[in-house]
Amino acid sequence: MERPSPRPRLTVGWATDVGRQRSHNEDTVLIAELEQAGYYGTPSTALLVLADGMGGHLAGEVASALATRAAAQHILQACLTLLPIREHSASEPSLKEVLIEAFQRANELVTERVPGGGTTLLCALILGNRAYIANVGDSRAYLVSPEGCRQITRDHSIVDIMVELGQMTSEEAVHHPQRNVLYRAVGQRGPLEVDTFLCHIPPGGVLLLCSDGLWEMVSEEEMVQVVATSSSLQEACDILVEKANQAGGKDNISVILAAPPEIVDSEFHWPEI
Amino acid sequence: MVQGRDKDPEESRGTPFKEDLSTRMMPGLAARRMGTGLTESPTPAAPAAPDVPPPDVAKQEVHPRPAPTSGRLAEGTVLQGRYRILGVLGSGGMSTVYKAQDLRFPKVQRFCAVKEMLNTATDPRVRALMMQNFEREASILATLSHPAIPQVYDYFTEGDRAYLVTELIPGKDLEALLHETEGFFPEAQVVQWAIQICDVLTYLHTRTPQPIVFRDMKPSNLMLDDQGRIRLVDFGIAKVFQSGEKGTMIGTEGYSPPEQYRGVAEPRGDIYALGATLHHLLTKQDPRLEPPFTFHKRPIHQYNPAISAELQEIISRALEYDIQKRFGSAEEMKRALLSLKSARGLAATAYMPTPEGVRPDALKVIWQFACEDEVRSSPCIHEGILYVGAYDNNLYALDAETGKFLWKYATEGGIASSPAVADGRVFFGSTDGSLYALNAETGRLMWTYPTKARIYSSPRVQFGHVFIGSDDRHLYAVNTITGRMAWSVETEGAVRSTPATGSDAIYVGDEEGVLHAVGVNGRLIWRFRARRAITSSPAVGQDLLYVGSQDWFVYALDLRAGWVVWRYRTDGPVISSPAVAGDTVFVGSADGHLYALDATNGYLVWRYRTGGQVTSSPAVYQGAVYVGSVDGYVYSLDAQTGQLRWRFQTGGPVVSSPRVANDIVYVGSLDHNVYALPI
Repeated sequence: MERPSPRPRLTVGWATDVGRQRSHNEDTVLIAELEQAGYYGTPSTALLVLADGMGGHLAGEVASALATRAAAQHILQACLTLLPIREHSASEPSLKEVLIEAFQRANELVTERVPGGGTTLLCALILGNRAYIANVGDSRAYLVSPEGCRQITRDHSIVDIMVELGQMTSEEAVHHPQRNVLYRAVGQRGPLEVDTFLCHIPPGGVLLLCSDGLWEMVSEEEMVQVVATSSSLQEACDILVEKANQAGGKDNISVILAAPPEIVDSEFHWPEI
Repeated sequence: MVQGRDKDPEESRGTPFKEDLSTRMMPGLAARRMGTGLTESPTPAAPAAPDVPPPDVAKQEVHPRPAPTSGRLAEGTVLQGRYRILGVLGSGGMSTVYKAQDLRFPKVQRFCAVKEMLNTATDPRVRALMMQNFEREASILATLSHPAIPQVYDYFTEGDRAYLVTELIPGKDLEALLHETEGFFPEAQVVQWAIQICDVLTYLHTRTPQPIVFRDMKPSNLMLDDQGRIRLVDFGIAKVFQSGEKGTMIGTEGYSPPEQYRGVAEPRGDIYALGATLHHLLTKQDPRLEPPFTFHKRPIHQYNPAISAELQEIISRALEYDIQKRFGSAEEMKRALLSLKSARGLAATAYMPTPEGVRPDALKVIWQFACEDEVRSSPCIHEGILYVGAYDNNLYALDAETGKFLWKYATEGGIASSPAVADGRVFFGSTDGSLYALNAETGRLMWTYPTKARIYSSPRVQFGHVFIGSDDRHLYAVNTITGRMAWSVETEGAVRSTPATGSDAIYVGDEEGVLHAVGVNGRLIWRFRARRAITSSPAVGQDLLYVGSQDWFVYALDLRAGWVVWRYRTDGPVISSPAVAGDTVFVGSADGHLYALDATNGYLVWRYRTGGQVTSSPAVYQGAVYVGSVDGYVYSLDAQTGQLRWRFQTGGPVVSSPRVANDIVYVGSLDHNVYALPI
């Protein structure tokens, strides 16, 4: 009997490190892979979450951990309910609404449980070769491909706005003493505005999520080079952390790399009705 | 509040102002509703700010303490043998405001507001600082005398608590009013408030020896008292002005001037915050939900077209990033406000966007061609020939360049379907129920395929087949050469939507609101059910499928999974079919607008209001978008900004969708004509 060839899978690597100058790691990383085969199947799905906490006295790590868990819980719940079906309706929440709601829950939880603490929050839901991304703060998502590196998210930092308004150059922003001042973070009181993005990952492309501990220390060119020359995504993550530490490791360093399956058009094998 | 992450201890340390030290940590100071507030506002108070040491303190290993709510004064408590606590008015940051009765006046009921500051810091340095801040605030307030500023009656300390007793102002703050009010405040009303605010700012800014900078201008700090006068409350961060002094970044997110983030506080910062407040009051767009300093991206007229250009200019000047470009003083701004027609009780002239160098109504027609009945069909241009259907039963072929008649073909019913050309044939449906294939050059009939009801749907040609829907509730796939049906799919409602094709699937909507994704083999892949009919034709993007519904929404669905990725609600049924260009989706709505939405997340980029329903589908060509409206006009807008490039008036509603080829825009009108216009 002929066995069907295994379905192509997503590949993921990740790493998180305290860095060289901090006493503890306030970042949180979460990876959840979701595969369902059978009558109701899902495309290759992965949820990636990265959060960079802030606030003294354990507030940072607790905030990033709580936010990550609350967001993941909400998004995975929606995935399990909505993904493996072929009859959709307007009464379902949209994916964007699911992502935003996940962030609101994280925000409420952190505000309530970790007063004085806050966190950035970056979520990427990969469905086949599409990444649906939501972001608050200055952790970043990049699309790394043979053509180079493209930043998908935008930082919610004051310096980012200053650069956009032409009040500061990107060079000045990198060294600006207030480069870590955010105008949006999870844990702020009141309404939270969430940015959402859709990123099409082309063949050979890799989605990179990282905290500022990586992007402040390692240039985009280096990121591309490391991803291109490593033997696996996990190895690439480890090397990126090492490079950030070599450059000073001023902050906690977290990175996630994910590549969709090579063949995506065969991701749905719907049974005949 | 701004976020000072403790990257580098030297960088983030500073002198916090006010009692609200914890706000230095987090964004969203905006949520702090009450400070030195003398508000008897019905707005519910924000939850009490949890009592957590500020970051500087935290680094000194101070342990978190219980929330201050536990320390609230009970009703009936009497302070200083004089102030009987009647209840909590609000709380925020590290303070609580109570309504109290002054027992010194036993014969009358004299009420007052008592602000209590809980000094919970355990670090002696911080404790002392907090007390100093409180006393400074109190003493500043005590020296002020202005009708718009609440009067200070008393201040005192008891143990680790400090109290400020002030006049109680009955009324509502402008933020609460903004939420309660439907529609917009009239311009004259807002101008009157602005003039009063300029007066009190002038008073503060001209204090000696040093001007007082309010530093926290925002709708929730402006009370409208029971006589309709504006009162400035919450002097929590009012600060004795010292030129060039650097302080901690503090302020209300969204309203604060850019220089405040650098620790600079000066009078022209209050002018910026007043500009931001007026922008919020006039547009109802909360700046706390937007990136800071981006008011110029949200011009007032875009949200509230009734506002005069002159007032917008004044607000824009107040909101200048560069401090030197703003009004030099609140007095100067007041003079500008007084010069407005709306300040003198005259009707304001609404803002009319007329871009420079554009004469919207002076367009020269290249040619026009009169059919014998309404043209609802959209033209199709192929190899120099324009094909279009009319309600006079004919399909017309015209010379696209000159409009010269070439031939026509009569069917047994009106033609609403828009023709498509492939393989030397022109395909279209007729309300006589048949799908026709004619020789594109000569108009000779090649074949017909009869369906069981009228055809309003338009053909889509792909994979060697014509896909078309019919009112007989089927989607058909018909071989382009032989005219034989390959398959048909039963739908729930009549199919008037035009099928769209992706790399391996066909998408079409029906009048029961179901969108069908069908494989090339005719098998169902997924379905999506909207709340009302999907007459709009889907548009295929790289990963998403866009479609409108008569349930007022524009939907973006994951092409492969059928999951709703985002939806955007317009104010009317969406019959118009979306057009995707780059990262933008353009679509019309029966609410009269043409919308430009971000294709990846559904955010509104701009919308343009026409004089009638927009059921026509937009066409995008070289940075411009073209669309018809039931008001009889064809519009050309800048695709990026939504600014009007030109408009052209036909003699009847334009429901036909424009097509652009060789720098000519072609469109039909219910006035029976087909028009060729220069782009």
